[in-house]
Amino acid sequence: MAESILEVQGLRKRFGALTVTDDVSFAVAPGGIHAVIGPNGAGKTTLIHQLSGTLRPDAGSIRFAGQEVTGMGLARRARLGLARSFQITCVLPGFSVLENAALAVQARSGSSFRFLRAAADERALNEEAMAALDAVGLGARAAALAGALSHGEKRQLELAIALAMQPRLLLLDEPLAGAGPEETERLIGILRGLKRSYTILLVEHDMQAVFALAHRISVLVYGKVIATDTPDAIRADPAVRAAYLGEDEVA
Amino acid sequence: MSLGLLLVQALNGLQFGVLLFLVAAGLTLVFGVMDFINLAHGVQYMLGAYLGASLAAMTGSFWLALLLALPAALALGLLLEWLVFRHLYDRDHLSQVLATFGVILFLNQAVRAIWGSAPLQMPVPALLEGGIALMPGLQYPIYRLAILAAGLLTAALLWLLVERTRVGALVRAGASNAAMVAALGVDIRRLFMLVFGFGAMLAGFAGVMAAPVLSVDPGMGDSVLILAFVVIVIGGIGSVRGAFLAALLVGLIETLGRSLLPDLLRLVMAASPARQAGAAIGSMLVYIAMALILAVRPRGLFPVRG
Amino acid sequence: MRAALLVLAALAAAPFLGFGEGYVLTLLARAMILAMAAVSLWLLVGGAGLISLGHAAMLGIGAYAVVVLDDARITEAAVVVPVAMMAAGLFALATGAVAIRTSGVHFIMITLAFGQMAFFTTASLAAYGGDDGYTLYGRTTVLGHRWLEDRLVFHYLCLGLLALSLLGGRVLLDSRFGRVLRAAAENPVRVQAVGFSPYPYRLLAYGIAGAVAGLAGVLLANAAEFVAPSYLAWQRSGDLLFMVILGGLGSLQGAVLGALAFVLLEEWLGHLTQHWRLIFGPLLVLSVLFLRGGLVGLLRRG
Repeated sequence: MAESILEVQGLRKRFGALTVTDDVSFAVAPGGIHAVIGPNGAGKTTLIHQLSGTLRPDAGSIRFAGQEVTGMGLARRARLGLARSFQITCVLPGFSVLENAALAVQARSGSSFRFLRAAADERALNEEAMAALDAVGLGARAAALAGALSHGEKRQLELAIALAMQPRLLLLDEPLAGAGPEETERLIGILRGLKRSYTILLVEHDMQAVFALAHRISVLVYGKVIATDTPDAIRADPAVRAAYLGEDEVA
Repeated sequence: MSLGLLLVQALNGLQFGVLLFLVAAGLTLVFGVMDFINLAHGVQYMLGAYLGASLAAMTGSFWLALLLALPAALALGLLLEWLVFRHLYDRDHLSQVLATFGVILFLNQAVRAIWGSAPLQMPVPALLEGGIALMPGLQYPIYRLAILAAGLLTAALLWLLVERTRVGALVRAGASNAAMVAALGVDIRRLFMLVFGFGAMLAGFAGVMAAPVLSVDPGMGDSVLILAFVVIVIGGIGSVRGAFLAALLVGLIETLGRSLLPDLLRLVMAASPARQAGAAIGSMLVYIAMALILAVRPRGLFPVRG
Repeated sequence: MRAALLVLAALAAAPFLGFGEGYVLTLLARAMILAMAAVSLWLLVGGAGLISLGHAAMLGIGAYAVVVLDDARITEAAVVVPVAMMAAGLFALATGAVAIRTSGVHFIMITLAFGQMAFFTTASLAAYGGDDGYTLYGRTTVLGHRWLEDRLVFHYLCLGLLALSLLGGRVLLDSRFGRVLRAAAENPVRVQAVGFSPYPYRLLAYGIAGAVAGLAGVLLANAAEFVAPSYLAWQRSGDLLFMVILGGLGSLQGAVLGALAFVLLEEWLGHLTQHWRLIFGPLLVLSVLFLRGGLVGLLRRG
């Protein structure tokens, strides 16, 4: 197996007396979808915050692409190639769909301390942004205002923005949350297409989607990772079944 | 610079500090509970001073004037809340800043139209006239000590009110999470009015007390307002304890800086440039202190919200 | 930009339409200079989402740069203009370095406090008149020529610089830099998540806006041939902010419309009564409560 793209070692976060992330360690190898599942309150959101750099862990280390990133903020990790999507959609409502993606392209294409030329006229930026929109099937809505998109379309735009960053790792925070059955089908289709060309860490609540998509799964329960293995092994793991899957129907 | 003079300036600084605290306390509570930035809070202080001065002239008694000015300040505060401010609670800070700025323009001008531009005088009450010997040959006005004592007493009462009563608990909870308090079934509008009126009265109280020692003029509310802002930014917005400590700090820096710096600089340069540079730097000192504190702690010394 | 172009054209034609007398030209010059300052403030408020309540300090520092140089008998524009813009820009960078670390209401209060600091500092400058202000020996010269003393030349200089700042602002907002700035105003987390730290962009914008306001300050000093600490008073910052909001945050041209409306309203009310602020204050409150979107919004709807 190639060297891990993301290595989490002994991560710990406390809020007062509550240990929300408790000695979490796992590694994500390049290629495919590695999923993190866990029931509500398992600490998925807190973990995402620490991985993306919006929350500092109390202890432990995070290495990304061979580099220590534990002390870095969101923006610096993003520049290293860590793209995250947000559970509560986080787009620029007053910008066009294309400009939302173009901003992400701009972030990795040379200096943004340029003051004269209109950014909207930069063909290179627009073309790459358009490619990202096409990859998630949002090309036809490029000219619309992001604020005017439907909920599902905003989720697609989240993905497109992350793709436009040409990331080394896509960190997806419950991309299916709040989507209806049809939207879920469409998003699963998009993710299936993406896993061929990107490494994805998928934090997700929807069990069926996870088992359908991931080739590796980490199970988070009460802040601890109790198992990391293939979907089949996870399904069969008695500890996982006892702690988590027992209460949930599993395909 | 003698030790005696230093003592006098330090007392002046503390006295200015407690006045600042009385203004800043209302400002920080109003902001903390209602997320409402009220530039017009300084005019409450000014109105207090004007009401005190003219009531004293009318009745001939400082005490009667103080007694009448407080409810009057409260009433004016509630009137403003009802007329203007309550329509701004759910607007953004920019709108709040501008609308309350408009209120200042109006009230400053109204004061000019009613009382004229010349400063008003308010006599010191007979009971507190004269001085007290701090050291042999060094007299300090009793009235100024009385201001200091009254300010500290009010601060203590305020602390008891906020920390030890049910209303205080609601105010504190409101400062950290207003939506939560509303969800608990508390009439948040009533709480707002209460806090607002109380803050207005505190500022008015500070104004009445300051009137005999400071000049009562139409711009007096603005200068105290900005220093009160510095106080609550340093102290941490919403924190009464922070406001108290920051107010004393700002009062001391402002007073000592302006009076001592020219003398200190004279040790290293000629008298005339020392006076000029001292005055210039002395007036900047409070803001430099604010910048330094914020550079280390962007949310102030005692941040209420994370 | 159509409304702004119309206004600029009207200003260009004004001297030939019977508005050529000294009094009107003085008023218009003041309006154009404040409009330029308002454009620079709009870049912060409307563009970067930074609500500064200390912008008059930048204007005043530009004006005081003219004073300091005038006192040393330096009036050449090639010196005065860069020095004034740099002084205001550097003050903006130094104070912005602290202020921009904070956000929201903290930012408002801190810019207000730094503005007040500049105000008190100028008031304590006894060598330059202190509280009473300073009367210039002469207007700024251009390559030794005293062109600025001609009313028409000064009128068109103000107009030209206003047009230039408006154009420059538009170009800046449309550039890569401006796009990051606008995006960070809408949603700072989104901007960080794609890899930008908003801080350096905001700080530079704050410095640029300061420098442009400093240039307006040079014109203001020349217009009145007099500079006083009151130029830096926090009420002037409030006025500038009101111009920006009165015009509307929907478009940069709002700053120009707002500033012109403000100056004309002030002038008109001042003729009606000595206590014109008794009317102006409530008007401000009412416009905040009811005129959402400002004049630009009104034009769009109408």
